[in-house]
This record gives sequence, structure tokens and C-alpha cells, in this order.
Amino acid sequence: MVDKHIVSAFNNDLNQIDSLVLEMGGLVEQQLQNATLALQKEDRALAKQVMQGDSRINALEAELNDVAIKVLALRQPVAVDLRMVVMSLKIARHLERIGDYIKNTARRTNTIAKAGAFTGSIDTLVRMSELVQKLTHDALNAYSNRDADAAQIVRDSDKHVDHMNNSLVRELLTYMMEDAGNIGGAMHLIFIAKNIERMGDHVADIANETIYLVNGSWPDDKREKEDNTSKMILDIDSLNADI
Amino acid sequence: MTNAIDIETKAVDAEVVKAVERPIMSAKNVDVFYGKKQAIDNVSLDIPENQITALIGPSGCGKSTFLRCFNRMNDTIDSCKVSGKIEFSGQDIYSPKVDVVALRARIGMVFQKANPFPKSIFENVAYGPRIHDLAKSKDELDDIVVTSLKRAGLYDEVSDRLDDPGTSLSGGQQQRLCIARAIAVDPQIILMDEPCSALDPIATAIIEDLMDSMKRHYTIVIVTHSMAQAARISQKTAFFHLGKVIEYGETDKMFTTPDNELTQNYISGRIG
Repeated sequence: MVDKHIVSAFNNDLNQIDSLVLEMGGLVEQQLQNATLALQKEDRALAKQVMQGDSRINALEAELNDVAIKVLALRQPVAVDLRMVVMSLKIARHLERIGDYIKNTARRTNTIAKAGAFTGSIDTLVRMSELVQKLTHDALNAYSNRDADAAQIVRDSDKHVDHMNNSLVRELLTYMMEDAGNIGGAMHLIFIAKNIERMGDHVADIANETIYLVNGSWPDDKREKEDNTSKMILDIDSLNADI
Repeated sequence: MTNAIDIETKAVDAEVVKAVERPIMSAKNVDVFYGKKQAIDNVSLDIPENQITALIGPSGCGKSTFLRCFNRMNDTIDSCKVSGKIEFSGQDIYSPKVDVVALRARIGMVFQKANPFPKSIFENVAYGPRIHDLAKSKDELDDIVVTSLKRAGLYDEVSDRLDDPGTSLSGGQQQRLCIARAIAVDPQIILMDEPCSALDPIATAIIEDLMDSMKRHYTIVIVTHSMAQAARISQKTAFFHLGKVIEYGETDKMFTTPDNELTQNYISGRIG
């Protein structure tokens, strides 16, 4: 809640931006939860609902852009207000991108349902998704409460998503090498895992931007990234050796 | 001593204010009283050469009083007492040996309301060099007038009517005439006390553009009520509140990440 400006209309504008960020965040959390449930339960109707729901996130981002540009033009915000308006634009962009990854995940649900069971891998995906849901929730709480310490915890936690992605990709590569018939389904699961891993990166960026909003400076240290799927060697011996 | 200053303002101690590189003017532990009322409380501030320094703060915070200390304009107010030290190029300007008239030629001033003399445009600019005996001949005086009008960005608009009264010009032109008049006596510092507050946005933009080009030759200290103007034109900003300097530093930092909460509240419109 932004208050105490002499011009109350300025408060209202900034509060509107805050509300839009949090509404987008709430929708993203809900969408990710539903997309994960649809994947787990092979619920095509729910997956379709998720795909249709993405347009609402896009519309909220467009609305936020309009309000933020109006505030920049008409109020010339400075200091924490300027940081808040500029960071809200960036955070909204991340939430919109997360929405796109969720939509892509939902789109693959139907195909995976046809491709056969990878129960263990889907369970790992669900755990990854639940972790990203929690981090999204925590990042938005940190933004709402202007809490840089809480944002730092989110920023540091993204590496756990990377770890889960690494082990899942390794597992799925093994399935594909064991039986070429697994390739179709496993490929889609790898894409979903990559989607969730990227969502984690966007959430970590939201945390980063929250830290800047609060402190007025970016964190000094480089964020730990532990996604090493791009370095994995595609033969069975090296995969087994890595395990 | 009357201390009207609320300690809750968390003002910076005089010693804490960082010195700037190449200060042309340096104020140390300056107090100003109007009778028993303290207007400036222990302010220390270095003014960097060839830059624009903006003094901002709410009405009555002491920024204009402090500006007027720099060329001893407060001497004209009987009840005003200034203590502490103000050095210009290393020399104490409040030393009894200082010739105040000569000082004000080195440190010129432009006021809120343009105040041309009731003379021609030419005579407005020629007056200072003439009384300070800066021109040895008519040609040299002409040259000073033309150069000053050019530096003030006014020459092209008035070159064919230098004999017209200064008061016949528009408000923005009159203000630039006053800037030309200040420039004509070859100052090093120009103090400006809300120079654009009576001007429309176009005249304001012309003066701001002029100030930007002037800083190659002069050091400018400006008092402004417009935070946007301070942000647009200055390299350093000092925020005054209840007679103290609360924060002083790089303008771009102050308007993005001020160190002091009081500064933040003022520049973002949370206190008047």
C-alpha cells in the first residue's frame, strides 16, 4: 500500500499499479497450479481452461503498462516511487512470460496423455512446479511487503529448481536411450521441465527487482545458477557415470 | 541560542558532508540568524567549479538565505547575523578586508523577478563593466556587451534594437538580459534565486539550456522550488530542511536513491 503523498491521486495511481502486479501474480499462481493438476490428472478440460486463461494475464500486463506510462508522464515520480513504477513494469513482464510458459505446459498435457506413462518423471515435474509456485508466492509477498530479505531468500532458492531440472533431464535422457519409443513423451516432459526451470529464473528476477525497489541498489553477488542441462553428454555411459 | 531545528530530521553533521573535488566555494559551519530566529544551522557545503548546484527544500527552509551568504547579500539586512566560514577560491569572504562590491562582481546574482534597469538594453549590460572600469575603450565596452548578450543567448533577438528599453523585452528575455548583465562583469560564480519561477515553460527551457551551456565558463548555484528543474539541470543537489542540509550529493543519485528518508519524502511529494 503506497500512501502519504500530498496529492492523493498519485497514491491512487501507485496503488493501482501495485494491485495490478499482485492480481497478475495471483493469476499466475492459480494458472500454474491448474496446469500442474491437469498434467498430473491428464485433465484436458482443465488444460484448455489454463490455455484460455493466459489472455487475462496479458490483458492485465497491458493495463499495467498504460497506468505506469501515464504515471511517468503525468506525475514524474522520483526516488522510491520511480523505482516502484519502473520495477513494476519489469515484474509484470516476467509474470507475463511465466504465463506463456504455463500455457505451453498446458498445451503439451494432451500429447503426454497420449504418449504413455512416465509416472515417476511427472511426480518430479509436479514437485518442481510446486516449488516454483511457492517461490512465486514468496516473491510477490516480498514485493507487496517491500521486504528485501524475503526477496533474497527467493533469489537464493532458484538453484533448487535447477537441481531438480538437471536430475529430471538426466532421467528422461536415460529413458530415451533405453527405448526409442519413449522419445516422444520424454521430449515433451523435457520441454515442460525447461518451461518450469525458466519460470524459476523469472521468479528469481522478480526477487532481484524487488531488492532494487527496496534498497535502491542491485545485489552485489551474482545469482547462483545451477542448470547444467546444456552440458550433458548424450551417451548412456556418461549419464550413468554422472548419477 | 534559539534552536528551531527538530533533531528528528536526522540532518547530516557538518563534518559528514563530503567535500567535492575542486570546490570553488566552501561553506563551513555556517549559522545565520534573523534577530533571535535561526535560519541556517551549522551548514557545511562545498560548491564544485563549473557545475550547477541546486539548492532545494520547502519554503522557509533557508535555501535562499544560504544562497545570499555566498555574495554577502545578507549584509543589507540589519537583523541578519552570519557566522562560520565561507571561502571563495580559498579566501574568507567575510573577512573585513574584503571589498563587497568587488566580491559581488566575482559572484553575480540573478533574482526571481527580472529587474532590468530603466535604461536601454545596451546600457543594462554596459553599466557593470563601466562602474568596475573593465573596458578601456568604447570598442572594448561594445565587445563586452555583445559577448555577454551572446553568452546569455539573447544577442540574436536584440542585435537590431540595443537602444530599446530593457523593460520592452518579454519576461524571459528580461531574465536573460539580467543574466547578460551579471556575466558582463566577468564573474566566476552566478547565483540564481528561482530564476524561472515567473517564466512560461518555453522561456524556462531557454534559460535551462542557457545554464547548461554557461557552466563551461561559470559555476552556477541555483535555488529552485521545482524539483523537476533541479533534476534536469544540476549535477549536485543539496536538500535543505528547517535550516539544515539533510542530504547533499550527485543529483542523479538523489532523485533515484536518496540516502535520507526525509529527502525521499520531500522530493516524492510526501511532505510540503
